Amino acid sequence: MGYRYELRFSGSGGQGMILAGIIMAEAACIYEDKMAVQSQSYGPESRGGASKSEVVISDEPIDYPKATSIDCMLALTQEACSKYHKDIKKDGILLVDTEMVAEVPQGDFKVYEAPIIESAREEFGKTIVANIISLGMITEFTGVVSKEAIEKAVLARVPEAFKDLNRRALHFGFEKAKELKGKE
Amino acid sequence: MAEKKKLFMQGNEACAEGALYAGCRFYAGYPITPSTEIAEYLSRTLPRVGGKFIQMEDEIASISAIAGASLAGLKSMTATSGPGFSLKQEGLGYACMAEIPCVIVDVMRGGPSTGYPTGPSQSDVMQAKWGTHGDHPVIAVTPAYVQEILHETVRAFNLSEKYRTPVLILFDEIVGHMREPVMLPEEGELEVIDREKPTCPPEEYLPYDAGYEIPPLAAFGEGYRFHVTGLNHKDDGFPTNDPEMIQEGIKRIIRKIDNNKEDIWKNEEHYIDGAEVVVFAYGSTARSAKYAVRELRKKGVKAGLLRALTLWPFPDEALKDACQKARAVVVPELNLGQIVYEVERLVDCHVEGIYRVDGEPINPMQIMEAMEKYS
Repeated sequence: MGYRYELRFSGSGGQGMILAGIIMAEAACIYEDKMAVQSQSYGPESRGGASKSEVVISDEPIDYPKATSIDCMLALTQEACSKYHKDIKKDGILLVDTEMVAEVPQGDFKVYEAPIIESAREEFGKTIVANIISLGMITEFTGVVSKEAIEKAVLARVPEAFKDLNRRALHFGFEKAKELKGKE
Repeated sequence: MAEKKKLFMQGNEACAEGALYAGCRFYAGYPITPSTEIAEYLSRTLPRVGGKFIQMEDEIASISAIAGASLAGLKSMTATSGPGFSLKQEGLGYACMAEIPCVIVDVMRGGPSTGYPTGPSQSDVMQAKWGTHGDHPVIAVTPAYVQEILHETVRAFNLSEKYRTPVLILFDEIVGHMREPVMLPEEGELEVIDREKPTCPPEEYLPYDAGYEIPPLAAFGEGYRFHVTGLNHKDDGFPTNDPEMIQEGIKRIIRKIDNNKEDIWKNEEHYIDGAEVVVFAYGSTARSAKYAVRELRKKGVKAGLLRALTLWPFPDEALKDACQKARAVVVPELNLGQIVYEVERLVDCHVEGIYRVDGEPINPMQIMEAMEKYS
């Protein structure tokens, strides 16, 4: 029987959550031989407002494209976290940004807290790479796609001049997730 | 390398790719969420293949422009969403009456009025059938998957060219914005139909020759001079008050679709043989229905899905066949009940609608719960 793996990337419009979803899905279906669907939900605002991007990964054709029982969710704002965490499944993973999410929801899922946006700002001088750091962390936590596949997918989506920056951000994410897992 | 052409693409982009493949060389539109990516994509790609892209001042101008471009010989398309679709009804009727092949995409969003731009809906399905006044033929295709949007866009152009009539492509925000892997078809892989052109000398040409079910269509600029009007017309295209010609003209444009339903219909059946409870669905809602049917079958429920890829003309025969042994048919729709009345008109078993207009999709659980009651 096939599996169905669901991810939700949530935050505020402009944080690159839709792009993060696209890259994750491309890692699965272009750079690995899996099936993937990416969908999104956002309000009429182009910036601000809770926004989410969902990815379903499977080894068989995917009919229902939306997440219903989430294996892993990322929340980069409090609003998105509070609004969207309810569908996380038992033993699923919630990754939140420490700076932005003060009220961390409790449930029968695992929570990882990391200063993702602060790291993007301090280590890379650009908050815009927070989504790529997050992708690195999620790949390390879940193993839903290989590190090679996610790296190829990231590099294929960014302009030449920013390839090195994004590669470093991704690897930074791998390392941070490894550290967090090590502390358990 | 097979991987080379596997792309991860949005439904709206796949629609644009389908149009290019079918030979569309003219697009006129007015941007509107959630259809705008179709225009954006074609604004980049059409000029590269010698096509023309025009952003018009509004929706009525857009549909008028594609009707004009089509009469000049180019395969043409416009795309919009609910509020824009309302405006296009005027031009749609004109294209039906004057028998102008063209393709109109409606990526449905919540309504009425400006409604919910970023939310999905299926509430334009009856507007698609009856939105423009007068008796007229309607062909509407309803794809549900990104790859399928590409293929169905090609089919829409083919039907439009073959039957010399406007064809509607209806999908919604979910599939329009969703991304899935797509394999771009090779040249020659899919059938591409071009309209029949006259072979007679220009002076003998009758653009509405009643001797044909579908008269050949000359392109303006190729030496054939003829008259085009939204008024009831004679076979030479000029207006008429002759009752017989008026009635026969309208009957012919209806008949050319009615007589060819078998060619226009397209359905997907999933576990339909011997199904005791059937779900009839179209568009994104059919994806939930397929998931639900598969889960119900695992539980031993004899559930089946009939999915319409051509919603208009309505798949009467397929629906009647699918419901032969059914106790009930469930009709999920992202509206408050529209196609359900077509279903009630045709079947003897119990009909139950599942409706939603809150901007959220109908999920498989809702469909499973409804169907399980009849197992």
